[in-house]
Amino acid sequence: MNIWEGPFEKIDDYRWRIPKSSMPGMKVPGVIYADETLMKDIRRDKAPQQVANAAHLPGIVKYSLAMPDIHWGYGLPIGGVVATDIEAGGVVTPGGVGYDINCGVRLMRTDLTADDVRPRIKDLLTALFNNIPAGVGSEGKIRVTAAEEKKILINGSQWAIARGYGTQEDLKHTEEKGRMDGADPDMVSERAYERGKRQSGTLGSGNHFLEVQVVEEIYDERAASVFGMEKGQVVVMLHSGSRGFGYQICDDYAIGMVKGLSKFNIAVPDRQLSCAPVKSPEGRAYIGAMKCAANYAWNNRQCLMHLAREVFEKFFKRSVADLGMSLVYDIAHNIAKFEKYTIDGKEKMLCVHRKGATRAFGPGHPDLPSRYKEIGQPVIIPGDMGRASYLLAGTDKAEETFYSTCHGAGRVLSRTAAVNACRGRSVAKELLNKGIVVMAAGRGTLAEEVPEAYKDVGQVVNVVHQAGISKKVCRMRPLGVVKG
Amino acid sequence: MERYKLIPHTADIAIRANGRDLKELFANAAFGMFDIIADLDGITTSLSMDITLTGTPAELLLVRWLDELLYNFYTKGIIFSRFEVLTVDQDRLTARVYGRHVGENRNRLKTEIKAVTFHDLTIREENGVFGVEIIFDI
Repeated sequence: MNIWEGPFEKIDDYRWRIPKSSMPGMKVPGVIYADETLMKDIRRDKAPQQVANAAHLPGIVKYSLAMPDIHWGYGLPIGGVVATDIEAGGVVTPGGVGYDINCGVRLMRTDLTADDVRPRIKDLLTALFNNIPAGVGSEGKIRVTAAEEKKILINGSQWAIARGYGTQEDLKHTEEKGRMDGADPDMVSERAYERGKRQSGTLGSGNHFLEVQVVEEIYDERAASVFGMEKGQVVVMLHSGSRGFGYQICDDYAIGMVKGLSKFNIAVPDRQLSCAPVKSPEGRAYIGAMKCAANYAWNNRQCLMHLAREVFEKFFKRSVADLGMSLVYDIAHNIAKFEKYTIDGKEKMLCVHRKGATRAFGPGHPDLPSRYKEIGQPVIIPGDMGRASYLLAGTDKAEETFYSTCHGAGRVLSRTAAVNACRGRSVAKELLNKGIVVMAAGRGTLAEEVPEAYKDVGQVVNVVHQAGISKKVCRMRPLGVVKG
Repeated sequence: MERYKLIPHTADIAIRANGRDLKELFANAAFGMFDIIADLDGITTSLSMDITLTGTPAELLLVRWLDELLYNFYTKGIIFSRFEVLTVDQDRLTARVYGRHVGENRNRLKTEIKAVTFHDLTIREENGVFGVEIIFDI
């Protein structure tokens, strides 16, 4: 695939259009949210071609969207958002969700301050590193029988809560309350069960992480106080997904749907966009399985948070309640959801694919927990391990993006380029000089994840803030990082 | 002819594998994948496994083949390092693969490959050499 040579039309300072006429077969235009600076990198990437490819999907509504952290993926770009009208033959595509179904982030607050943690960060991090399984093919301490496994797939985070790995309050502050209705374990292959069975409560590898962070800057006092955040406070951020279980489900259905394209007479420019109508047996089967993976991932992050809380309790010799370790929010950034929108004056049920994009409901949305209703949904944006991460809030204006916003920094360097750039350097030492302690399970992970391999998350967040599709609440800086 | 080489990909890992025929192409693609997963330098083999798969076109068969190996790596903990592809015809592949259990080789593990993607996957033949670019989701 080549770099996109078609036109970009500037809509305003933060939005660029790929016209419908620029590639035969596009059903809608593409729209990329970015500023001039980010566009320089985006123009050099193959991702805009993928935005145009996604515009071919049957039933697509309004436009094929990309958030400012857009980069080259497979099928949909990372940062891609596509909504299809399910009553008009709209499709669901596993390539629009990704292999790591319900990869996502959660943010937990504490009552600890940087002064409580900074002098002991190395020991705290060692304890976290030793108690949270991470790395290639790592296996968890949480072993379950096949019957229990099915309960996880149907009940999501509720399974962990029933076991005492968290509270009802945690569920309220998790997207979908940690459980998508309609998960169908019968649609999951034996292989997916096998790949997932020893991985509950494991972090994974690559860009998955647990970070101990300090709140460095508050942009919106009112929203920050509702979210329980204040300057100088220590928070914990977790990034993980559905592990081998989800990867196998995506794989099974992506292959199956390639073969099914001719049955539905669907033409897409990339096999990785293989798809089936939502209202077909094939579409329903994928959705039933995808929801199992989504529930698996929420339960996984709940279990990981529980392990982290146990470490903090032992380390500080104080209870979770006393430490004020409550969940701010948990969000998915690789998922397909069913949401109602008014399109051309008519209310329609859409299948919204967010691949490397985050749901961002505005104030008053009925699905928000009562505490956050006046502010909007908390949106957690992890950055690279050397700079910053952000907490944002959803806005009404985000209706134009099907209530979606960015999900992270987005890579600018390939992993090989990052490793080459780090030859002869100690990334761990460089970060230590900036006051950040890092530990990684995988060889090479630190070089691959070096901060300069990512876009500046501040720039990405600035675009979504200026474009009005979410607003900045606060910025956090890492103190310690556990990488997979 | 290089067996495979890494090609730059911003988010994931991509390789270009080569072979004088489809059998060699499939073997080299598998070698490339495991060379990303683990440090294969000097690793010896202690077990073998026979694999038979069907699928058409050849690209689908290639993804199936790599998937099969990945599945065995994750569920049986086997690092494969030698691949004898015996036949690749219209829709069928037979192979014998050699490897050893992760066991004490855990420190060889490098990268978790989540899946083999179909993205832009086309096998091309040029001057008697078959080549394919494969993107792995990591």
